[in-house]
Amino acid sequence: MTSPPSPPAAAPAADRPRCFQDVILRLQAHWAATGCAILQPYDMEVGAGTFHPATTLRSLGTRPWAAAYVQPSRRPTDGRYGENPNRLQHYYQYQVIIKPSPPDLQELYLGSLRAIGLDPLVHDVRFVEDDWESPTLGAWGLGWEVWCDGMEVSQFTYFQQVGGHDCRPVSGELTYGLERLAMYVLGVEHVMDMPFNDPDAPIPLTYGDVFRQTEREYSRWNFEVADTDMLFQHFRDAEAECDRILSAAETDSAGRAIPMPHPAYDQAIKASHMFNLLDARGVISVTERQAYIGRVRALAKRCADLFVTTEAATGPQGVAA
Amino acid sequence: MADLLIELFSEEIPARMQPRARDDLRRLITDGLVEAGLTYESAGAFSTPRRLALAVEGLSGASRPVREERKGPRTDAPDKAIEGFLRSTGLTRDQLERRTEKKGEVVFAVIERPGRPAAEIVAEVLDAVIRDFPWPKSMRWGAGNLRWVRPLHSILCILTDESGAQVVPLTIDGISAGDTTRGHRFMAPDAVAVTGFDDYDARLRRAKVMLDPAEREQAIRQEAGNLAFARGWEIVADEALMAELAGLVEWPVPLMGVIEDRFLDLPPEVLQTSMKAHQKFLSARNPATGRIEGFVTVANVETPDHGATILAGNQRVLAARLSDAVFFFESDMREVLADVEVWKSALKKMTFHQDVGSQWERVQRMMVLSIELAARLGLDQKSAQTAAGFSKFDLVSRMVREFPELQGIMGSYYFGSLGLSADITSAIRDHYLPHGADDALPEQSISQVVALADRFDLIAALWATGERPSGSKDPFGMRRAALGAIRIILAKSLRFELRVALGLAQRRAWASMLRETAERSEEKLQVRLLRAMGLTVSGEKADLLDVLREAADTMSRGLKDAPFQDWEIAGIEDLLGFIHDRLKVHLRDQGVRHDVIDAVLAMPGNDDLVLLVARATALNETLGTDDGTNLLQGLKRAANILSQAEEKDGVEYSFGADPKFADTDEERALFAALDAAEPRIRDAVAAQDFPAAMSAIAALRAPIDAFFEAVQVNSDNSVLRRNRLNLLNRIRETGRLIADFGRVEG
Repeated sequence: MTSPPSPPAAAPAADRPRCFQDVILRLQAHWAATGCAILQPYDMEVGAGTFHPATTLRSLGTRPWAAAYVQPSRRPTDGRYGENPNRLQHYYQYQVIIKPSPPDLQELYLGSLRAIGLDPLVHDVRFVEDDWESPTLGAWGLGWEVWCDGMEVSQFTYFQQVGGHDCRPVSGELTYGLERLAMYVLGVEHVMDMPFNDPDAPIPLTYGDVFRQTEREYSRWNFEVADTDMLFQHFRDAEAECDRILSAAETDSAGRAIPMPHPAYDQAIKASHMFNLLDARGVISVTERQAYIGRVRALAKRCADLFVTTEAATGPQGVAA
Repeated sequence: MADLLIELFSEEIPARMQPRARDDLRRLITDGLVEAGLTYESAGAFSTPRRLALAVEGLSGASRPVREERKGPRTDAPDKAIEGFLRSTGLTRDQLERRTEKKGEVVFAVIERPGRPAAEIVAEVLDAVIRDFPWPKSMRWGAGNLRWVRPLHSILCILTDESGAQVVPLTIDGISAGDTTRGHRFMAPDAVAVTGFDDYDARLRRAKVMLDPAEREQAIRQEAGNLAFARGWEIVADEALMAELAGLVEWPVPLMGVIEDRFLDLPPEVLQTSMKAHQKFLSARNPATGRIEGFVTVANVETPDHGATILAGNQRVLAARLSDAVFFFESDMREVLADVEVWKSALKKMTFHQDVGSQWERVQRMMVLSIELAARLGLDQKSAQTAAGFSKFDLVSRMVREFPELQGIMGSYYFGSLGLSADITSAIRDHYLPHGADDALPEQSISQVVALADRFDLIAALWATGERPSGSKDPFGMRRAALGAIRIILAKSLRFELRVALGLAQRRAWASMLRETAERSEEKLQVRLLRAMGLTVSGEKADLLDVLREAADTMSRGLKDAPFQDWEIAGIEDLLGFIHDRLKVHLRDQGVRHDVIDAVLAMPGNDDLVLLVARATALNETLGTDDGTNLLQGLKRAANILSQAEEKDGVEYSFGADPKFADTDEERALFAALDAAEPRIRDAVAAQDFPAAMSAIAALRAPIDAFFEAVQVNSDNSVLRRNRLNLLNRIRETGRLIADFGRVEG
């Protein structure tokens, strides 16, 4: 499954990505070739690709799983009105999750770097200790941040625990920060200057053409306008609905056993995003912060508790009895 | 004799974990081998990011056979006893030997364990070591059950002797040991078979892997030095970073880059910290300008373009980082020059501890303490107050929020620009010193004052909230703070009464706590605080708040206006006890006996640490000599006889002994010796010349010895007896001028 080593020279110009979407398409092609299911983004606001149930929930249980997808991610506090060359409140992550983690996962990953023009015989690619933890998801793992020429281009993690559950088997998770990675590959200094589609296309578009205005609008809304009372209410509503779904009877009106971890988890995601928005508005104090994170974690854990009992976690044989 | 080579080949091992992992591997394997009856001549452990290796030389080929004899019960003992013996030895009845001894016929078990081949033992030991390796953090991967620091890919384990190399058969969680390894991840990824350590080392080198971390470190040091030298620069020493770099590469390729002009006006500490924290770059200084103008990054690969692409990439990343730093520095500086009050308000919002308030509240307490300490040390109070006042302002700066390790340093730059004098900016910078146990101390007097104020406040304020370090937990660094204060006081011979400083710190902390509590509606806590102060309150809420605020105001008054109350004194003794405990640890590390410390802690003036330590050191030295030990015996003997007599007679023998009742020459000599020694000891103690006091009391050794040799204290003549007991009391009292000898052991 690994790519053959590249010749010891920079990839020929024709073989290098020319624009942002080219980087994404090459990653998609690479991971599709390794056998991953290429999923689409989750249709909810999340802070990182990890929140996609394809990662959070599917990393639980014994059923094998392999998926890759782009996930739009929102971090309201990172908004800079489109002015900072590297910071955005809305950006893209590329996420790969394989369970159990294959023994050649590092090689597969390095193949993906070659696919986008980063040849490790020309560039300095390093795996530098960085353990990952998500207090919101009750999850942690060990791994590295991957450096290319001194820049962090990916996070590489072996999940050990998710939603308070030990991961058995262990999933390998890869997260690429797409804008930063593409800017490096394309040699662009400011994210807004990065070509989004082919620069020779009839209508060439830059990242700024697509997102500059939305970054400005959302930065203002995130920092100044969002109605905090409403956000607090949404947080409480999501929490209550999550609890209601998890507490629902096991069987539906027709007597079928249908536990509902996914709809419940949607509410946990929603609560998490509300928290992020409230945080950006600066209305959550340091002490309250921990409490809110704890509340979201409690939801995520209960969703995980329920998910591991389902067929998606154990496979058909697991629920035979 | 054989040589053993082990290599555990894995995904990248964190650099910081490698040194201990090497030690652990060597220790655990060799201990295991020795315990199983093998011997070896030498062992060396090595690591790279992807491998942990051990070479054991001169390993015996097999363990020696062991013959063990165990004596059992008598042959006529009950069956149960014999059966128990059989169970414990694992033998059957017919395997026992019968021997006749003095007490009759006894069964003997003779257990012979044949020697075992080394390979068998190595396999067993390695298996156990891998399964139980003490990584600070370990993980599982894939569907397996094994734990390792990162996924373990292969095990190389061979025994080599004259006849050649042999793989030690061993399989762990599906990984079978073999005789192959791999070279550099990118430059030589193929498998390589090896026949022994020398072959392994040489083949790895050809495969672009430098096995020995010390050699990699040396290579980095040398090449980085050469690169710097070529430009007339020098590398800024950073041992920790150097060791980390060696743990991050298998084939070090240092590359030198130049920092763009637009960043050169940043303070050197900022450049260095930013480059180190984010990029793990070494800094290169231009001695001609004194500035940091270049960097060295250590790549892990040789490239056809000689690192040009790698360097360009690193340079880009650095430029982005330093642009941030310039932005932080310039906007911080702008804010300071525009209106420093803005920072003060930000400091008011920054929590130090929720029960004792904000960082600004803390700064105010530190100012009061600094003034008091400066007054007692004869220093300029105004400077001390100003320095303390500005000491924490930079915590709100963008730069320090990004790089907390630059706290103090940034303040000295920012407030230097306001025209504060050098002793004040030094104090802002250096009051955080010492960071650790071996760290440098603040050199300037004002810096020392603020450093002490910082630590006294930290300890007293957290103590007031109920925080106590316990076991290995000291989240607020209270012990470190106490040790830092002790080191400053002793190294700089700062003489003052610690009780007063701690008392003031405690009083101000309580004022903060009462004010903070008054702001919050936690009635239970409020009542508890007031009770602790001996104040009573009615049930009315309004009254409670009034009392709290009034108490806070009282607590804010100066020392002269309000002497310490009983509850405060009790708290001060607790705090002093905490400091004394750290002092004990500190002195013990310097070779002062713990009982000696106890003996001087019991003396007056024990809150003047300089005095206390002078006393302890002199006593410790004296007790290390023959004279001292014998003197101690004499003093103890005197004290014992005296206290027995006092207990028996129910009186205290503290009347002056009278030389005219001296009956023997030895008694008269002792009187004379005491008469001579006492004033000398008193004078020496008054002059705080403890070595002189010690030599004066040591002169009593011979007369005391002679006295006990010749004189029976408990004479039948009651007058003589009383006088002798009173004489013993004089000995005891003379000793007490120096220390509480009763607490000294031996």
